[in-house]
Amino acid sequence: MMKRIFAGSYLGLLLVMLYAPILIIIIFSFTEAKVLGNWTGFSLKLYRSLLVTGVHHSLASALWNTLIIGLIAAFVSMLLGTMAAIGIFNLRPRARKAVHLVNSIPVLNPDIITAISLFLLFVSLGISQGMTTVILAHISFCTPYVVLSVLPRLIRMNENLYEAALDLGATPFQALRKIMLPELKPGMISGFILAFTLSIDDFVVTLFTIGNQGLETLSTYIYADARKGGLTPELRPLSAIIFISVLLMLLVINRRAAKNKS
Amino acid sequence: MQNSESIIDIGHVSKYFGEKAALDDVSFTVRKGEFVTILGPSGCGKTTLLRLIAGFLTVTEGSISIAGTDVTTIPPYLRPVNTVFQKYALFPHLNVFNNIAFGLNLKKRPSDEIKKRVNKVLKMVGMTDYEERDVDSLSGGQQQRVAIARAIVNEPEVLLLDEPLAALDLKMRKDMQMEIKAMHKKLGISFVYVTHDQEEALTLSDTIVVMSEGKIQQMGTPKAIYDEPANAFVADFIGESNILNGIMIEDNLVSFAGHQFECVDKGFESQEPVDVVLRPEDLYIFDPSEAAMLTGKVTSSIFKGVHYEMVVLTTEGYEFIIQDYHCFDAGKDVGLRVKPSDIHVMKKERLFNTFSGTVVDKAHVRFLNQVFECAEASSFTLGSTVSVYIDFKDVVLFDYEEDGLFGGDVKFILYKGNHYHLTVSTHGNENIYIDTNDVWDTSDRVGITFAPGSIHITNINS
Repeated sequence: MMKRIFAGSYLGLLLVMLYAPILIIIIFSFTEAKVLGNWTGFSLKLYRSLLVTGVHHSLASALWNTLIIGLIAAFVSMLLGTMAAIGIFNLRPRARKAVHLVNSIPVLNPDIITAISLFLLFVSLGISQGMTTVILAHISFCTPYVVLSVLPRLIRMNENLYEAALDLGATPFQALRKIMLPELKPGMISGFILAFTLSIDDFVVTLFTIGNQGLETLSTYIYADARKGGLTPELRPLSAIIFISVLLMLLVINRRAAKNKS
Repeated sequence: MQNSESIIDIGHVSKYFGEKAALDDVSFTVRKGEFVTILGPSGCGKTTLLRLIAGFLTVTEGSISIAGTDVTTIPPYLRPVNTVFQKYALFPHLNVFNNIAFGLNLKKRPSDEIKKRVNKVLKMVGMTDYEERDVDSLSGGQQQRVAIARAIVNEPEVLLLDEPLAALDLKMRKDMQMEIKAMHKKLGISFVYVTHDQEEALTLSDTIVVMSEGKIQQMGTPKAIYDEPANAFVADFIGESNILNGIMIEDNLVSFAGHQFECVDKGFESQEPVDVVLRPEDLYIFDPSEAAMLTGKVTSSIFKGVHYEMVVLTTEGYEFIIQDYHCFDAGKDVGLRVKPSDIHVMKKERLFNTFSGTVVDKAHVRFLNQVFECAEASSFTLGSTVSVYIDFKDVVLFDYEEDGLFGGDVKFILYKGNHYHLTVSTHGNENIYIDTNDVWDTSDRVGITFAPGSIHITNINS
């Protein structure tokens, strides 16, 4: 009995320490104070000024940029990664191993190395940096993750499925569309979500490839804001909204996974 | 060349995977409506052959035609054949109905026709009312039925089946065998069936093609293959058999196991070494008497359900397996007898190991990509090409690969009554044949050596 209480309270303490910073931000997003930690009574003013009045236009546009970059990068890397995974799977064992290794290097490579090399690449090719370069950079580091989430599904798939489709009269393209893609869909979706979160989250690579035309994503905006001294109070409701959306997304995914299993 | 009756023509087909030949010059014909089984141990090339017919692989050499059309370079989706896969390969995201309708949907058949045809085949495989079921919720046998239904709904000219029953348990397998046979009769199309189960092949087929090492060993009706095996491999693989070394004395007289026997085989040379096959059920076993051709002692006796299986060690030291309804206990003295027509004599495929080599110096010869000491080399000119002969019993095997001059894997073991005849495959894919009294297992890794005095050479031109 004592043991159980002890174990429970230990877990509780751990969770509180993990989530306390987020909880504090959520709580203080419902007050007007400029400085975090002062409670000046319940208010939705910060939410209003973030979402409606558009006082902080630059923050809203940074959020917008982040979402666009994330969606495009995640979608393109989902397509590229899936095609790459199918290609890798059909290689001979030795070549497959080699390409698999090459695919894992960007995953393990420190962000700063990826960032500097992409920066040098764009500069040496004379490409002016902006939205396009950020998207290209994000695609390049997201694609390997999609490969890693699609490949296990291919390996677990019945090896004769593709042949069975051909055997029943499907052209290679029809077999891909009607049999392979539905089979790989769960892997592709999780690859997409992974790529999207990685893209939103990224700071280092974005900073090096964003150029100096005034383009901002959330991470670069917050960084610049913090350097100017003091964070904009509207960041509190924004963090709360992002956290709640991610939490909801996770709940939905888990619910679906549980349903598929039963 | 086209036979109006034939539906599949395989002409001199070879298939190489890199250096290795999976199929080596295979030719045969499947007639319309025939049930052909391709039988062989794993790795004999039987699945490769089926995949070539289906079009999943392309031939290295030779040609394949189906229904009078050369399909050698035609992709699988344009061939008039359908395949039932060993692991079913049902589409997991489609239900039973949509799995079966897949081929018809691709052909854009009207939906009422699809419904009618799917229901018809579902009834045929005994799966009516399963249309809406998820394929993952079905048992192995049910999945196999759906896989068969999915193939035959397209009304192919030929149905290809790749070990379709291998994943089922024994009872289920027997039931499905009967159903497949009935289905074949009802559909009237040709079946090409791949299996490693000789009993399944004997039960189902009109014609059996026995394969080993990428080559056809024998082709014929189940009865012909069982009664008149073409060589020791076929005799050993189909059914149980006693295979012994013998010598043909003259027409209708063969010597083996230390005695001479009357037989019905002729056309061999006098004193020609042969393989003799006796089926266990063809040997008569009884208490010692004047009628005995061989005498011996029972060393083991096992009840097998219908009959007893006994091992008898003869006075001359040869072991025989005998199946009989009467039980003779271990330790009992018995007499054996066999009818002349039940003695099957086969030509030997080879009498010794043969390699081609070159003389490198006065005391060495090179073959199997290696240099061996050889006493006879002194009488040959340097660099001359020679044939190398080594007796089966002069090959020395070691437990460890490092102890031999080179290594290999035991591929095939044949018990010859008083010794074992092994086939060992070297890493360079050459076969070496060995007679030994030691017990080895298939896929044992062994070291191999030849004694210098046992390597015989002759000039290739002489």
